[in-house]
Amino acid sequence: MSSYEARFQVWRGDVGGGGLEDFKVEVNDGEVVLDIIHRLQATQAPDLAVRWNCKAGKCGSCSAEINGRPRLMCMTRMSVFGRDETITVTPLRTFPVIRDLVTDVGFNYRKAREIPSFVPPPGLGPGEYRMQQEDVDRSQEFRKCIECFLCQNTCHVVRDHDENKQVFAGPRFLMRVAELDMHPLDAAQETGLDRKRTAQDDHGLGYCNITKCCTEVCPENIKITDNALIPLKERAIDRKYDPLVWLGSKISRRPPGG
Amino acid sequence: MTVVERQEWDVVVVGAGGAGLRAAIEARERGARTAVICKSLFGKAHTVMAEGGIAAAMGNANPHDNWQVHFRDTMRGGKFLNQWRMAELHAREAPDRVWELETWGALFDRTKDGRISQRNFGGHEYPRLAHVGDRTGLELIRTLQQKVVALQQEDEKETGEYESRLKVFQECTVTRVLKERDRVSGVFAYERETGRFFVLEAPAVVIATGGIGKSFKVTSNSWEYTGDGHALALLAGAPLLNMEFVQFHPTGMVWPPSVKGILVTESVRGDGGVLRNSEDERFMFDYIPDVFKEKYAQSEEEADRWYDDPDNNRRPPELLPRDEVARAINAEVKAGRGSPHGGVFLDVSTRMPAEVIRRRLPSMYHQFKELADVDITAEPMEVGPTCHYVMGGIAVDSDTAAARGATGLYAAGEVAGGMHGSNRLGGNSLSDLLVFGRRAGLHAAEYATGLAERPLVDDIQVDTAAAEALRPFSAEGPAPGEDGEEQSHPPENPYTLHQELQQTMNDLVGIIRREPEMQQALKKLAELRVRARRAGVEGHRQFNPGWHLALDLRNMLLVSECVARAALERTESRGGHTREDYPTMDRAWRRINLLCRLTDPTGGLAATDPVRGQITLGRETTEPIRPDLLALFEKEELVKYLAEEELYE
Ligand SMILES: Cc1cc2nc3c(=O)[nH]c(=O)nc-3n(C[C@H](O)[C@H](O)[C@H](O)COP(=O)(O)OP(=O)(O)OC[C@H]3O[C@@H](n4cnc5c(N)ncnc54)[C@H](O)[C@@H]3O)c2cc1C
Ligand code: SF4
Ligand code: SF4
Ligand code: FES
Repeated sequence: MSSYEARFQVWRGDVGGGGLEDFKVEVNDGEVVLDIIHRLQATQAPDLAVRWNCKAGKCGSCSAEINGRPRLMCMTRMSVFGRDETITVTPLRTFPVIRDLVTDVGFNYRKAREIPSFVPPPGLGPGEYRMQQEDVDRSQEFRKCIECFLCQNTCHVVRDHDENKQVFAGPRFLMRVAELDMHPLDAAQETGLDRKRTAQDDHGLGYCNITKCCTEVCPENIKITDNALIPLKERAIDRKYDPLVWLGSKISRRPPGG
Repeated sequence: MTVVERQEWDVVVVGAGGAGLRAAIEARERGARTAVICKSLFGKAHTVMAEGGIAAAMGNANPHDNWQVHFRDTMRGGKFLNQWRMAELHAREAPDRVWELETWGALFDRTKDGRISQRNFGGHEYPRLAHVGDRTGLELIRTLQQKVVALQQEDEKETGEYESRLKVFQECTVTRVLKERDRVSGVFAYERETGRFFVLEAPAVVIATGGIGKSFKVTSNSWEYTGDGHALALLAGAPLLNMEFVQFHPTGMVWPPSVKGILVTESVRGDGGVLRNSEDERFMFDYIPDVFKEKYAQSEEEADRWYDDPDNNRRPPELLPRDEVARAINAEVKAGRGSPHGGVFLDVSTRMPAEVIRRRLPSMYHQFKELADVDITAEPMEVGPTCHYVMGGIAVDSDTAAARGATGLYAAGEVAGGMHGSNRLGGNSLSDLLVFGRRAGLHAAEYATGLAERPLVDDIQVDTAAAEALRPFSAEGPAPGEDGEEQSHPPENPYTLHQELQQTMNDLVGIIRREPEMQQALKKLAELRVRARRAGVEGHRQFNPGWHLALDLRNMLLVSECVARAALERTESRGGHTREDYPTMDRAWRRINLLCRLTDPTGGLAATDPVRGQITLGRETTEPIRPDLLALFEKEELVKYLAEEELYE
């Protein structure tokens, strides 16, 4: 195969505003969009801002919107586009732009801090943890997350509704709640922390209307909606409305002797 | 004078990979107010890319395993050049560090009886690598990241502020360690987003910046690996140890060109993958070196039986230490028995059912499918050596991780030297990060909190650092102190300089080394050094990658010179250092450490002088290995490595 010249439109600008800039650039066999952005940096636009690290879909740094679709630039092959197609690369829309393709993803780090952490089981020392593979499988699926924040960027609850950012943790961090809830040894319950309830009450699970858009863009193919959000919703509802479950949880959470 | 914001901390950790985060957690838990600085977003450091696993002699898969066996394997892998006390501490403490991760929420793959599963890897006698599929680094860094968050939540409960005792400054780059006389006083950094400068004042600084691979063209390393920590230490007066030892991982992708160098994890071989040449031979059987003859299978049949019955068979030669396998692949390709794109074949498709491959090696499956259109369950991969890891690094005290030459400076992780000797075993890095990250954090905190009076940050150093960082913006105009001749040249493109540097190191100081080529490399480096002083950038200071690269060049040039000078000096072949003109290991060299120091710490003349260069080499004889550790080996084995007089000492 050979190289050819592709047409690119890359969004350039900062908080003050910006627009699409046209480029013509060489493309070689087997290259991905990130290679082309790097070539632009090296030859035409040395100050073009972009995030990347691993170039292998492992770190989740290079998220952008390519022809309007949220994707990892390092995992988007040029061969999926026609040679005469103009390829448009824009920054993630849900987060404030810093410069060019780099956005302020601080929202995600703030949300991460709001999710209560893993609670180690009392009485089990390091080296004494025993878990069966089938019991860790579910949480392991969620721990494949590379924090590319594409799902956070796509979810309509916040994509066009900045005001919801206060109350909604987004699919990635609701999934984190599910992960801890399904962790075979998490002892949150024993300390009086009901993770399912916090998902509903503190992290905005109720805003999710299971459209599955998050699942569709996940580069790790995690079944965010089916395996994390829906089970969390079902169980949250169980807790809230099933009087028996409600009573049971009250009893088991009563502190010893209290 | 520049006005630069200043903050005061007890401990500053430069780097948020496994080593940096583990150090920060420890320092904070010991009561030190701790700041972490990293170039990328929090959670994206290089550690995230580690695939195969973390080595720790927990004995879950084979009860015969223990720290002594792990120690032996590590010393053999490093060809006995390891700082043996580090190798000992590492082998002893690694299991505790892995178990501790579980108490912070990590979920490793399990054995049938519910313990942490362990897999085979090159150079490890027993299955020893705790893992999560082939994304172990992600699990490690996420667990540490989440532990940091857990501590911040505790602090928020107590003080009302998440960042009161432990703060991460993400997307910030340190360009200088500041000192008052011989004591560390803080760091100078810029924020990528705004280009703003700031100073963190602290009596203790832990360097945990990872490696140097971005000085080579074909590498598994990311843009972060510009050797910053190595250079920061040199510039702060701390020597680097054994920089000639650079690990070329035998299996990087070779096709298509844009992914050349991206890693193919060793687990592929650990789990049964085999190497073949274009004549369909499992060529590794021809490359078992004498020192390893007794430990590796001599026939394919025996090698294949080993996977199920490791007690009665010897391991396949595909699992030799990395330096051996990388050299073998190199030799096969040279002899004309390579694959179409200049590598060899690595095959799992004929060795395991497709669904097992997809389960055990999910990201490899994904990586080849997405990036190379290769279905590894149906056809072999093409692989070749790629620059992967640097064994050399900041010279440290084994127990405390304190750097030499600068009080208050500590180093841990890939940036620290010694632990791995001349060659690192797979899986021994992740464990190294945790063991020595913790130790560095502990000792940095103790030192910082125990000081009666703190060293002061010197304004002149801050101004100088600011001027140095701004230099690329005035590359066209007359810069103060430059002679007229230099000004008449146009500014240099930092990307071009970087590419030339990578090509130079790759071609002239790469996997097989020759004296004239290294001489030539040193000349080329001197030329690049002069040109790099004119590296210019366009645009402004806000998130400007061209500027960042222009600043990184200083570090890459310093570190590359260290590698080239040390490689030229060591006239033998050992581990990650192979000399065509001195092809064998020389026992007399085993006790010799090569130390690199800055020739002219004032940054004056030497910086541009091509002949002298910036680095002065020194030799040091290592401390004899402690007798009880030596006693772990058979005499017959020791005679292969140790000089006569060492054996009878
Ligand atoms: C593809 C791949 C696979 C690997 N697989 C394995 C494996 O299976 N097992 C194993 O044991 N090892 C493996 N390794 C090696 C191992 O991952 C690394 O050696 C290790 O992660 C290095 O960790 P670290 O904490 O020293 O540095 P890193 O994780 O690289 O972190 C360095 C940190 O320093 C920061 N930094 C650098 N310079 C500056 C500066 N100037 N200012 C501020 N911050 C700075 C960076 O931003 C980053 O946060 C692998 C390596 C690669 C590349
Ligand atoms: S399924 Fe829920 S979280 Fe996912 S995109 Fe739809 S609304 Fe958002
Ligand atoms: S869940 Fe998937 S899409 Fe969302 S941040 Fe994680 S990897 Fe990205
Ligand atoms: S660069 Fe790491 S995911 Fe794209």
